[in-house]
Parts: sequence; C-alpha cells; structure tokens
Amino acid sequence: MNNYFLHVKNISKFFGRRLIFKDMTFEINNNGIIGISGDNGSGKSTLVKIIAGITSPSSGEIVHQDRGKEIIPEKLHNYIGFVSPYLVLYEEFSAYENLSFFSNIRGIKLNIERADFLLEKLLLFKRKDDLVKTYSSGMKQRLKFIFALIHNPSLIILDEPTSNLDSSGKDTVYQLVENESKSNIIIIASNEQSDLNLCQREIKLQDFKLS
Amino acid sequence: MAWKIFLFLLLAFVSVAGIAFPIVPVPTKWYEFPFIPGLKENAKIIFFHVPTAWLSVVAFFMSTIYSFKYLRKKNLDDDAKSYAAAQLGIIFCILATITGAVWAKFAWGSFWSWDPRQTSIFALLLIYGAWFALRSSIESEEKRATLSSVYAIIAFLTVPFFVFIMPRIMKGLHPGSADDTNSGPVIDFKMNANMELIFFLSLIGFTILYFWMWNIGYKSIIYRDKINKQYRG
Amino acid sequence: MNAKAYALYLKDFRSEIRTRYAVNSLAMFVLVATSVILFSIGNETITQSLTAGLFWVVIFFSAMSGLSRAFVSEEERGTSLTLQLIAAPSTIFSGKLLFNIVLVFCMNIVITLLYSALFDGFVIKNLALFIAAFFFGNAGLAIASTIIAAIISKAGAKGTLYPVLSFPILLPLILTSVQLTLMSFEGASFIEAKFELAIIICYDVIMLTASYLLFDFVWKD
Repeated sequence: MNNYFLHVKNISKFFGRRLIFKDMTFEINNNGIIGISGDNGSGKSTLVKIIAGITSPSSGEIVHQDRGKEIIPEKLHNYIGFVSPYLVLYEEFSAYENLSFFSNIRGIKLNIERADFLLEKLLLFKRKDDLVKTYSSGMKQRLKFIFALIHNPSLIILDEPTSNLDSSGKDTVYQLVENESKSNIIIIASNEQSDLNLCQREIKLQDFKLS
Repeated sequence: MAWKIFLFLLLAFVSVAGIAFPIVPVPTKWYEFPFIPGLKENAKIIFFHVPTAWLSVVAFFMSTIYSFKYLRKKNLDDDAKSYAAAQLGIIFCILATITGAVWAKFAWGSFWSWDPRQTSIFALLLIYGAWFALRSSIESEEKRATLSSVYAIIAFLTVPFFVFIMPRIMKGLHPGSADDTNSGPVIDFKMNANMELIFFLSLIGFTILYFWMWNIGYKSIIYRDKINKQYRG
Repeated sequence: MNAKAYALYLKDFRSEIRTRYAVNSLAMFVLVATSVILFSIGNETITQSLTAGLFWVVIFFSAMSGLSRAFVSEEERGTSLTLQLIAAPSTIFSGKLLFNIVLVFCMNIVITLLYSALFDGFVIKNLALFIAAFFFGNAGLAIASTIIAAIISKAGAKGTLYPVLSFPILLPLILTSVQLTLMSFEGASFIEAKFELAIIICYDVIMLTASYLLFDFVWKD
C-alpha cells in the first residue's frame, strides 16, 4: 500500500533561453523503482533536482502528496532522500557527527538504531567516528546513501547511484534499493544498464525534447 | 515618425533657449529670464542638471520595478528592461554628478562639499556601480537576473533612509533645502513663467528621450540574446 | 523552527571551532586595522567625531573580511545542496544570521575594548545610549551582510565583490551609527537621540523583513 503521490505537470526548463526539456508530464503513484535515462547533458540531473524541489522549473508545477494531502514546499525536504555525485557532506566532521547534525537541523531526533544498521550494512560502522575527509570516494558515496535513507523518506531520488562504487558496493546498494522500493518510491537517473535493470518503468528524456 | 521630429524640435528649442536667453534684473520681453539672487548667470544649468538628476532616479525606480516583476514572473524580458533602464540610469547619474559639480564650483566655490543631495547622488552612483559589478561577475543568465533583482530591491529600500538622515548629518546648500536661506525653493516662485515653461519643457523632452532610448535599449538586448541562442543551437 | 535554526548555528559553530576560518582572519584584521590607524595618528590628538568615525570604519571593514564566510564556505565546498536537502530556506537564513550576529557581537566587543584602551577620545558619557546604538547598529550590520553574503556566494566572484555590494546598503546604517556613537560621547540623552534611534531600528526591521522575503530567490537555483 503506498501513500505517496508524485505528479509532474507540464514542466519545461530553460537555461537562459536554451531549452532543456518541454511539457513533461508524468505521474508516479505506485511504490517501486522508476528509471530516468538520457544522454549526458540531456537534463537528467536537472529533472531530479526539479523533482526534489532544489531547482525551480521555468514553467509547470510538481505536486507532491502524502496520504492525499499536498506537501508544502517548506516541508518537502523531510520526505525526500537524495543521492548524487555532486552532493558533498561536511569533511571536517565524522560520519556520525554529520548524521546527527543533519537530524537536528531537520528537527528530528537521530534514530541511532537505524543509523547503526545502515552504517553496518554499508561497511562504515568501524569508521563512523573518523573525519569524512579521510574517507575514499567510494566510502563517501556509501555515506551519502545513509544520509539519504536515515530519515525514512517516502521519495528516494538516486542520481547516478553507483558512481565510485566497487562491485560489492553496488550489490549492497541494489539490495538496499530493492528493499526500500517495497514501501517507497525510488527514482533512479542513470545511464548504467545495471542500474536501469532494477527499474519497473523507464522515462526517456529524449521523448521530451522538441526540435 | 512625427513624434521623433517633435522631440528633436523640442530638445533643440530647449537647448538654444536654455543657453542663449539672457538673464536680466527685470524681465520685460518674453525671452528674458529673471535674476535669482545666489544663482546668478549659472542658474541656466538648471535646464540640464535637473533633468539628468531626475532621470537617474526614474531609471533606478524603473529598474527596481522590473526587477520585482522578474522575480514574480521569471521572464528574462523583464530583466532586459531592468538592465536597459539601469544602463541609461548610470549615464544620467554620471552626467548629473558632473553638471552638479561644475555648478557647485561656481555657486558654492568648490566642486564637492557633501551637501545632502550630492551625497545622495554619490550613493546612487555607488549602487549603480555595485549593481553592474554584480551582473558582470555572473555567467548564467537566470542567476544573474535573479541575484541582481534581489540586490536592486534591497538597494531601493535604503533610499528613504538617505532622504531622512542626510539633512540631519550635513548642511544643505542646494536651493530648496530645508535650511536654505538665500535662494529658497527655486521652482516655486523664483522663476518667472517663461523660465518655468522652458524648465518643464526640458524635463518633458529629456523624459521622452529617456523612454525612447530605453525602448531601443531593451529591445536590442532581447534581440541579441535571441541571436546568440540561435548560434549556440 | 527556532530549534532547527539553532541546530544549524551549532553546526556552523562547531565547524568554525575546527577550521577557524572566519575567526582567525577577523581577529588579525581587527588588529591590523587598529594598529594602522594608531600609527597614522601618531602623537596627534584626534577629535571625538573622528574617533567615532574611525571606530565604525574598523567595524565595517572587519565585518567585510569575515561575515561572507557563512555562505561562501558552503558554496565553495559544495555543501549548499546538502543544506537545501535538509532544511527550508527560512531555517537556513535564520541559522546563518544567528551565526553572523554572534560573530559581529564578539568582534565588536573586542574592538570597543581596544578603542577604549587605546584612544583618548573614546570616552562614553551616556553608556545606555552607546549600548543601544551598539546593539541596533550591529544587528543591522549582521542582517544586511548576511543577505549580501548569500548573494555573492551564488555570484561566483567572492572576496572583492563583498565590500562593493555591501557599502551602499550599509551606508545609511553606518552614518546613523557614527552619529549615535558621537552623541553617546557627548552625553546626549535618549530624547535628543530618538530620531537616530528610530532610523536605525526601522533599518533593522525593514532589512530583516526584506531579507527573509528575498532569501528564497537567492537560495533556490
């Protein structure tokens, strides 16, 4: 049973006067994994940022609903988990400090059990008190998954989720994603075939390019 | 077309009249200006100085209005209008500062004396300068439009403070200042009818000229953007 | 709402303790600026109005050297996206403002102590008025410089642009604060200073309201 509903209504995005995509409309109302594919520079990242409410579309609107009630933009961030290569965590803090600061700024108490479970799962538990600047890029990527999942979001957006990850890391992530997809909506923006194989439905950005 | 000829004739008349009409103690003929104590012969610069100062304020005001519009509608054309207004505004602002300084040299003895209005026009010049510095540092068109709109609105909010605090801090020398004793409000009763007529004609003429230039200015910015976009594909 | 902003402030505070990015440059700036002024004065005695002016000159430039860090450091490290994902814009502005207010007050208490120790003209006759001017002046300084810092952090050109953009906005505030500081030196009463105090409080309120309303536009891409 799902309770989250995402409706993308006629959105277009221009950078300056250059068109990225036009009149995009789709709905997501079932739990599961949705893929977004497109060439490099086709606007995948822009689209997921618009869905996450970080970037505003040039026209059109996005409606997020939770249990039939619309979520106001000021509260949206607590429903969304986001992973991407351009996301950066605070390097001068340890993994644990990062997670606890983030929870406090969200205004919720850090769920220590869940944090420990995720740290364990993503093989970071032993390093949780080390500063993030001592981490390798793969470890940072794994930490971003914890950052995205710690507050039990209903809409999880993964932009190139497996970049910088080794094959065992990928397997862990895929397993985690499948697990989360049972109760939540997951959107994956990627060109990796192995990422897209997880998806039940695929949105191709080429379909929204007008000449 | 007709209005362009009219504008040309109007500005030509104002320029000739403003410079050539003589100032006499007791004006009798229609082309003679009265003698204003404290301003003397250099009173004539009023026909050119006041319109430039007026337009630098009008341009700033328009720039802010279009900034506000841009933030509401996110239409880049509004940003072009705001930018075109500010481009003209800074030109008029510089002209007002220079004509004012020249006038000040002859009327008050020095080019610059931090009279409230001199300070205000200097602050306006600083705002324009900062605004262009901000714009030139941003690559992305939308970001540039958004950030400069926000800055324009914040800068606009400081204007009332200048109006209120300046006269408290420094002495006014301008005609019409609160503590002005010698020449009083010039426009109200020191000018005679024909001087007032030419003054207002000049104000109207320069204002029309400004709106014309602004119209051409923002259209050319929009066309240039469109051409650039086509080349980029 | 306030608890979240406070949590963000705590994060910045802890980060500042670890990196000491703003504090070090601020402290050095105050020291350098004050000593340059002292050297250039030499043995001359300067008037009180000049002392009041120089006091705010140091405050302005020190603020310019440190207050942009709040947003520029997030933008430089690429963590502004992270912040966008965990907090509403109003929370972020409140948190950053709180951090800057604390920084401005600490810095200016140090500057005030330095001035009262080193300048003969720095004699406060009406302490209550000085504290009022100090409080509202610094609040205004922190508010205006926080929103300008947000603008320049998004603008790409960092250091040099900050004082250029801030000066015209802060000019009315600084002129009024200089006036009020001078009045407190001369021992003026609150009634004599009510016009300047009203101006400075209006400035704080207007800037605070405008900053909150406009910050959304600056913050969102």
